[in-house]
Amino acid sequence: MLTLMTFLPLLGAAVIVCVPKGRDDVVRWIAAGASLLPLILSVRLWFAYDRTVAGVNVASQFQFVERYAWIPSINVEYFVGADGISMPMLLLTALLSFLAVIGSFGIEKKVKGYMALFLLLETGMMGVFASLDFFLFYVFWEVMLLPMYFLIGIWGGPRKEYAAIKFFLYTLLGSILMLIVLLALYFNTTNPETGGHTFNLLHYMAQNTHSGWLKGFDVRILMFLGLFIGFAIKVPLFPFHTWLPDAHVEAPTAISVILAGVLLKMGTYGLMRISFPIFPDVTVWFAVPMAILGVINIVYGALCAMAQSDLKKMVAYSSVSHMGFCLLGMAALTPTGMVGAAMQMFSHGMITAMLFFLVGVVYDRAHHRQIDGFGGLGAVVPVYTAFVSLAFFASLGLPGLSGFIAEQMVFLGSFQAFRSLVVVAALGIIFVAAFHLWALQRVFLGPLNPKYAALEEINGREIFCLAPLGILVMIVGVWPMPVLNLMNASLVKLVDVVKAVI
Amino acid sequence: MFLGNLGSLQYFLPEFAVTATILLLVALHVASKRPGSSAFAFLSILGVGTALLLTGAVPAGAGKAIFEGMAAYDGFALFFKALTALATLVVIFMSMDSGELAGRSQAEYYIFLLSTLLGMFLLSSATDIVMLYLALELVSIPSYLLAGYLKGRRHSTEAAMKYVVYGATASGVMIYGFSLLFGLSGSTQIAEIGRVVAAGKGTLPALLASVMVAVGFGYKIAAVPFHMWSPDVYEGAPTPATAFFSVGPKAAGFAVLVRFYYTVFASPDAATGLWRLNSTIDWPLLFAALSAITMTVGNLVAIKQNNVKRLLAYSSIAHAGYMLMGFVLLTPAGIQAILFYLVVYLFMNLGAFYVVVLVRNGTKGEDIADFAGLGSRAPVAAVAMAVFLFALTGIPPFSGFIGKVYLFAEVIHRGVYWLAVVAGLNSVVALYYYARIVRSMFLADPTDASEISVPAVPRAMLVLLAAPTLILGVYWEPVARIASQSVRMIAF
Repeated sequence: MLTLMTFLPLLGAAVIVCVPKGRDDVVRWIAAGASLLPLILSVRLWFAYDRTVAGVNVASQFQFVERYAWIPSINVEYFVGADGISMPMLLLTALLSFLAVIGSFGIEKKVKGYMALFLLLETGMMGVFASLDFFLFYVFWEVMLLPMYFLIGIWGGPRKEYAAIKFFLYTLLGSILMLIVLLALYFNTTNPETGGHTFNLLHYMAQNTHSGWLKGFDVRILMFLGLFIGFAIKVPLFPFHTWLPDAHVEAPTAISVILAGVLLKMGTYGLMRISFPIFPDVTVWFAVPMAILGVINIVYGALCAMAQSDLKKMVAYSSVSHMGFCLLGMAALTPTGMVGAAMQMFSHGMITAMLFFLVGVVYDRAHHRQIDGFGGLGAVVPVYTAFVSLAFFASLGLPGLSGFIAEQMVFLGSFQAFRSLVVVAALGIIFVAAFHLWALQRVFLGPLNPKYAALEEINGREIFCLAPLGILVMIVGVWPMPVLNLMNASLVKLVDVVKAVI
Repeated sequence: MFLGNLGSLQYFLPEFAVTATILLLVALHVASKRPGSSAFAFLSILGVGTALLLTGAVPAGAGKAIFEGMAAYDGFALFFKALTALATLVVIFMSMDSGELAGRSQAEYYIFLLSTLLGMFLLSSATDIVMLYLALELVSIPSYLLAGYLKGRRHSTEAAMKYVVYGATASGVMIYGFSLLFGLSGSTQIAEIGRVVAAGKGTLPALLASVMVAVGFGYKIAAVPFHMWSPDVYEGAPTPATAFFSVGPKAAGFAVLVRFYYTVFASPDAATGLWRLNSTIDWPLLFAALSAITMTVGNLVAIKQNNVKRLLAYSSIAHAGYMLMGFVLLTPAGIQAILFYLVVYLFMNLGAFYVVVLVRNGTKGEDIADFAGLGSRAPVAAVAMAVFLFALTGIPPFSGFIGKVYLFAEVIHRGVYWLAVVAGLNSVVALYYYARIVRSMFLADPTDASEISVPAVPRAMLVLLAAPTLILGVYWEPVARIASQSVRMIAF
């Protein structure tokens, strides 16, 4: 099932490449189909998933496992499976990919290439969340770079080339650090069954398989940092975040959606899946600096967002701020904090996707995104305004919407661990609220800018992309149990695994 | 046990095939009235193809010392013979498609090409310094001629001139090193010299010799600081010849580098399966530094290049630097990594040059700007080029990545972390300039929107080169196995 979910989009891409020129509509529908099928499969998995089993570091507790030898001479395996850490991410990826394909129907330039690359990207994302073999994980991780480069570089805004290469270089730098750590891990761990070196993540997590200098704490710190920088670039954490505003602003709407909705989560996912359980001792040692980085992200991101005049840039910086919550919650190393972080990943994925879709809608019509260039739009496009308000309120953490649940859990979980830091982080919330409300006011309220008196209302296709997300945000906000149950067992276990070293 | 001259002949079949083809080409050249005929190319393909088949046909076994110990017949030599023959084969196809060579005398060109191949065959099996030197010159002299093949074009003449001057200097220094070794040991056999060095006689002359020989070999693989010739030569030479230089002689250079240093200045240690140094001379450290400098200089200078051929020249300097990482570790896995890298490098680098040839035919230019809009003007060539370039960068799922993984893995395994970090940072730099070409092809608007037609044969060749570049990135077990089996070098 996981394999099918991962490679169906790739198959779709292959089919699209074979479609003769000029049949853009056919291409669009193939792409929609190739991304709808994984979504259907992911919903089936959601029903089939056993919520009581933890996974994390026990191979037998992973679900939907598929495992084959790939390159036996160096013990690379094709090993995929799902647990409570990856399940919500797989769901989110499948959902956002499908919506992003629908959202990209407006693309007119080189449709074939766009859709093929997009589906390749989806394969990469799915693969990352499903992989339990580090080598496989790494390959999927890198596979995403190429389509992303082209998607931003060809279909992006005016400074697309600069943004694309910046994104590529930053991520590659992180990847190379990850590769070095990967190889070092490989040579200093053994598979307890065969005695050979292994790329199996679960074997890495069993501390007794570590040998040689991997036992030395200072080396472990270096390796943790190598991985951390790799993941931090993706998150992106201050000070590795500068690629993000550029990439987001220049990327086409649907790609911004994927970038913020899924790709950023890979950083935090990597920390949960790889860094924490493999280096629990370093994680504990490094918890406070991580929390500080998280708080910096929250406050700094919010302040930057407030300073933006470009709507999309504001949303981009708000992502920086929101991803800080994930890190804060994880660093607390309490079950509540960890679940809060995972919840924030899931919830932010949906909310930020909405935000970018919405910015895309207004950009399509007005061809600019200057916050001050609008005014009084609320009277012209009421439905659109309603969606924006919903998304903004969700983003600033209004109770009853999913963002609130996530942030509250993060605060609850981390308050026990770092009291004063959380107080600072809570102040950040005020800035977050401030820039959202301010933007809302300047764009939709006040006197109408006559230039946009005839602005077109949001259309059916756009509503089709936004409505499911909006509904989910509301449902999860009121009744988060379905999502929480999905991840609870695994994340509690993850905390146990890390805490076991103290 | 040395095989006598007659008994050795049966192990010399690939060389015979090439020699026979060269002689036939010479005869036909004299007799033929149409020097531009493509019959010469077909004949060369036939000859090299036969040689390639013969390399595969004779089993290596444990290896033999042939021609009274002048050359080795072992897995290592066979690997390089197959590799260089394959590279030559691709280059012949490339030459047929090249507009630069059209209208010039074809026979001479292929005679030079095949003579170089013969030299590379000998170089990869030479176990005697006299043989080794002859083989090296047999590679070099036709190469000079190839570089200057475009008579009347200033760049080409300059290339040949530079190549000769640098080449002669390097080989002069090297032969001085050889004579020191001969004086030290009284033997021309590298195995015998190795035993003398291991016995600890004359450390200083041996040290001097190791550095001097490094100059000669470093020149052949274009390692910094002996790389100065290569960008100019690469730019001036006809593109197929450039492609050839960047793969064939470079591979042969690595073959002789490994065999020579691992025999003379190190010896296999039966207990650990690794090599240990024969003397106190720490040449691995010297080469590790050379490796780091080579890849860094190659990459940094490549950033500024606007001519794609020059860019690829500097990038191939950087790749030599990567491969040197495997050389300094004194482990079979290190050599295996080099061999594996050479295989993937052959496909991706020849592929990239192939596209340069085709673009040059279409646009008459070789600058990055001439690649603008190639994505819409010649989609197949552009996509293939993107595959080659990303593979050269070392991004999965392309073969270049696996090649790098093997090199990085062994470096990390042996604890030379600083080198791994330097190489890692270099890979990021490399992305920047490779992506410039990709950007030009797909992101820039074409200056001339007309379609560049790519005929069927070159198109098929591109696919043939791109397919392994992609497949070896996903499933590389067989090649890795061949590479690991080919590490076996005989020592006698």
